[in-house]
Amino acid sequence: MISFLGRQTLTLVHGLGDFALFTLRSFQAVFGSRRMLRRIARAGFEQGVRCLPVILIVGMFTGLVLGLQGYYVLNRFGSESLLGALVSLSLVRELGPVLAALMLVGQAGSALAAELGIQRNSEQIAALETMGVNSLGYLITPRLIAALVVYPMQTALFVTVGLWGGSLSGSLLLGVQPGVYWSAVERAVASQDVNECFIKAATFGLITIALCCYHGFNTHRNRGASGARGVSASTTRAVVQSSILVLAADYVITSFLV
Amino acid sequence: MAEAHSTLLLQVKGVHKRFGDNVVLSGADLDVPRGSLVTVLGRSGTGKSVFLKCLADIMPADAGEVLFDGKPLGTADPATRAEFRRRCSFLFQSNALFDSLTALENVRLPLEQTSDLSDAEIQERSLEALRQLELEKYLLSYPSQMSGGMQKRLALARAIVTQPELVLFDEPTAGLDPIRRNAVFLMIAKYQRQFGFTAVIVTHDVLEAMAASDRVALLDQGRMHFQGTPKEFAHSTDAVVASFRDSAAALGTALASLRGGGTLSVED
Repeated sequence: MISFLGRQTLTLVHGLGDFALFTLRSFQAVFGSRRMLRRIARAGFEQGVRCLPVILIVGMFTGLVLGLQGYYVLNRFGSESLLGALVSLSLVRELGPVLAALMLVGQAGSALAAELGIQRNSEQIAALETMGVNSLGYLITPRLIAALVVYPMQTALFVTVGLWGGSLSGSLLLGVQPGVYWSAVERAVASQDVNECFIKAATFGLITIALCCYHGFNTHRNRGASGARGVSASTTRAVVQSSILVLAADYVITSFLV
Repeated sequence: MAEAHSTLLLQVKGVHKRFGDNVVLSGADLDVPRGSLVTVLGRSGTGKSVFLKCLADIMPADAGEVLFDGKPLGTADPATRAEFRRRCSFLFQSNALFDSLTALENVRLPLEQTSDLSDAEIQERSLEALRQLELEKYLLSYPSQMSGGMQKRLALARAIVTQPELVLFDEPTAGLDPIRRNAVFLMIAKYQRQFGFTAVIVTHDVLEAMAASDRVALLDQGRMHFQGTPKEFAHSTDAVVASFRDSAAALGTALASLRGGGTLSVED
């Protein structure tokens, strides 16, 4: 039992170290890579434009539900005028960064892990290395840099659409005055909340995209699963671990910033 | 031919490689004269591809030495290794083409990422490589839209666009019918002469290798059992060489025996 726990701990520590080195080397590779801007733009398109519909839809429904639930809770205390504050603070501080990150993991992260896994299996990554191309610099670095820019933008969009969703259900369906709703939003959200939102979004973006890249890039190191099953295992692991890490990192960041 | 190229571009000395308990290479040697076409023969599963990957510096050998232009690669500094990669190309058995890039983008990639050429020069050299491999009509096609032979030519175009001195071919004819096999060997021999690069091919196609190569080597049980000219290979009386070289004739004899009422063991 003790030896089993010891082995698992060693494996975990080794894995964390390996992941940290992978991320660090990917950032270092920015200095030796050529034509980086074009690849960052392409990665930004994959993580940004392609994920736009899901961000808009989920953001809208999150705002609608928050408006609906919030109204009936506040109505019990005669505080419907605070609906804007409830919706905005929930979205800006917590739900916006977390839900947007989870949506991006589901859409962009899983696609990324699968794509890299297939590239590893079909020897495309080995081919890059035989050409003398730094595979981390070519495949990973632009995606990490794009994530640092795209995640905060997507989160801002998510929050904005969510606020409109809250306004829609609160004002249009349930009778809160639009002016009351938006003035409550304006009074409630401070610049510190917005900073917290962007810090979380950028951190989640870095963690999740790095983790998805790490699992896809190292598909060949999967034990007991190779070929298509190896890609499937890498993708599943990437999505599950990224989702857990988003929530864990959210707790850590919140405990420091609150 | 071998005498004409007395300088060795690549020299392999006692390479060892094992995966767990499975010993794949146990002291394999190979001499590759500059400008020659050398074929490494061997049965399936004898470690030919592993040997080639050790040569290409993409799989580290457990022991032994690979010398490129007289310089050891195993202990080389990053600059020497980068220099080797610039002067060497590797053709994978699976072609390893980038399936999300067009034919032109595939060929442009190594130049874009490793050279200081201008965009116009990269375009010109890429188009020239594609034209020489007769792929100029497929610039915007993706690898999945091409036939197996065209993909092979595209992989070769990508390999030669950097004007390498050494090209390593991993089973370039695997899974092809005899006519396409001949065409691939002809293509390699033709472009090897046209561009003047040194080529190392691993394969198990004996007849094609003997016809196209300047030198032939036979890998058996982790070691290079034979190295010499195709003529020497054809006349060798060594039992291992003879069994590999004359496998088709042996099959004919065994089948004739079977038709004549004899018995045939699978191990035969």
